[in-house]
Amino acid sequence: MTTTTIAGHEVEVNEEGFLTQPDQWSEDLAPELAKLIGIDPLTDKHWELIRFLRTDHAAMGETATLRRVSTQTGTAVKDLFVLFPGKPAKKMAYVSGLPKPKGCV
Amino acid sequence: MTTTTKNLVVLGAGTAGTMVVNKLRRALPDPEWSITVIDKDDIHDYQPGYLFIPFRMNKPKQIRKTKRPYLSEDVDLVIGQVERVDAAAAQVHLEDGRVFPYDQLVIASGTTPRPDQTPGMLGEQWHREVGEFYTYEGAIALRDQLDRWEGGRLVVHITELPIKCPVAPLEFAFLADDYLSGKGLRERTELVFVTPLDGAFTKPMASKRLGKLLERKNITVETDFMIESVDQDAKVIRSYDEREVAYDQLVTVPLNMGADFVGASGLGDELNYVPVDKHTSRSTAYENIWALGDASNIPTSKAGSVAHFSVDVFVENFQDAIAGRPLSHSFDGHANCFIESGGGKALLLDFNYETEPMGGTFPLPHVGPMSLLKESRANHLGKLAFRHIYWNALLPGHPLGLRADMQIAGKIPI
Ligand SMILES: Cc1cc2nc3c(=O)[nH]c(=O)nc-3n(C[C@H](O)[C@H](O)[C@H](O)COP(=O)(O)OP(=O)(O)OC[C@H]3O[C@@H](n4cnc5c(N)ncnc54)[C@H](O)[C@@H]3O)c2cc1C
Repeated sequence: MTTTTIAGHEVEVNEEGFLTQPDQWSEDLAPELAKLIGIDPLTDKHWELIRFLRTDHAAMGETATLRRVSTQTGTAVKDLFVLFPGKPAKKMAYVSGLPKPKGCV
Repeated sequence: MTTTTKNLVVLGAGTAGTMVVNKLRRALPDPEWSITVIDKDDIHDYQPGYLFIPFRMNKPKQIRKTKRPYLSEDVDLVIGQVERVDAAAAQVHLEDGRVFPYDQLVIASGTTPRPDQTPGMLGEQWHREVGEFYTYEGAIALRDQLDRWEGGRLVVHITELPIKCPVAPLEFAFLADDYLSGKGLRERTELVFVTPLDGAFTKPMASKRLGKLLERKNITVETDFMIESVDQDAKVIRSYDEREVAYDQLVTVPLNMGADFVGASGLGDELNYVPVDKHTSRSTAYENIWALGDASNIPTSKAGSVAHFSVDVFVENFQDAIAGRPLSHSFDGHANCFIESGGGKALLLDFNYETEPMGGTFPLPHVGPMSLLKESRANHLGKLAFRHIYWNALLPGHPLGLRADMQIAGKIPI
């Protein structure tokens, strides 16, 4: 566990760079985190998904899986791959300051 | 004294449903509680045996029985397809129009492979070049495919997690390596393991060990592969990020989903799993609804061992609930999975919600006879013997002498 500064905020991150304390995240962190993984700028559609992930995590206590994001927000999986290229489930969680989805045991 | 009978209705007489009605029939006073279990058919398969059919390690008739003989005589078995639960009215509706009112409801309808959910999977070559071993028919068809196999690319593939018995696809790859070596075909076969995960398994420690085992057996791994479609003409599977994996024989695990009636009744999540409290299996929406086995959304493996351990906890809590007492027991997510690794050996994984798989011995600390997370012959024999235990002790609900909660003594973090 290390501490780092993003957008002027001190945050704790794990070895993969994911925030470990969801409540250390605020909306001004998202564009910075996104840049770090090559997503710039964040569009309205990105924001809609980020806000869904935050609300859903607060309600369910877990990061939504790709399928859950897709069905709950009505976004095709293909589009999630365009918005967050390569590994959308992980990238969405990263930008939203959440742990990567477990989804599976 | 009033003698109104109360109704416990259980949906599904598979592993969890059978165990729970047999245990509760002994625990609940008879005329006071009637127990009805509803299932769409009278066939009970020992599903772990599906893995062995393609390699001729189990015969189909060893793993298929009828349900009725495994159910206590004082339990009513109703054969019919559940269409919907009306939770507000506390009634179960069957497709044929019959209606069953309940005081308490247990949903134990499991999960099934759904090849229809991936474009192209259910084409002409379904159960031929596009095989699977998550159903009885599929396992037999795959056995016949392997009989005809002369070499080429054999691709073992997982569509999406969660699936029941998440280690089964790995086991299939290990056993295929072994089986094809025995037939002198291994050198002519390229074995590929394709997964949506970023490693061999979900738990980091176990993933490392299993990853090494794949490497040693010369099985190539393609990770982070989210399938978009199967192209049966080109003989490739395609991912959302536009990668292609070619196959001569595909062995896929289709998307697993809970029963449709769960979704249709508004009781399920996006995969038709019933959201429950992970320690008590009680529905988060209705106090008198519970979900056991693969049907629930608890964050541990969908496995017979989990069904077994959680049923033990449930039986205690259920008696508290109907007596109006607070629930006294808590399930810790204990899962116990044998992993066939080929060559007459197997590994054993033991973990729960909080604890990663550990090394050590099972079930007796320091004694065993089975070793955790290491390949051994005893583990393999344990797995093969489990079929007998399943039919003769587990389903009737006899105590196996295994504790529901996980024991830490005798285990060493690896
Ligand atoms: C290939 C394979 C290998 C496995 N290996 C292992 C292993 O090594 N170890 C292990 O612990 N577990 C293993 N498992 C998993 C194990 O078999 C399951 O976790 C277990 O059977 C779950 O029990 P269940 O009662 O929840 O569901 P099931 O046993 O599947 O029972 C569900 C029942 O509900 C009925 N049903 C469903 N829908 C309806 C409806 N609409 N109306 C009426 N009835 C309905 C079905 O007919 C069925 O009888 C394996 C599974 C597979 C497929």
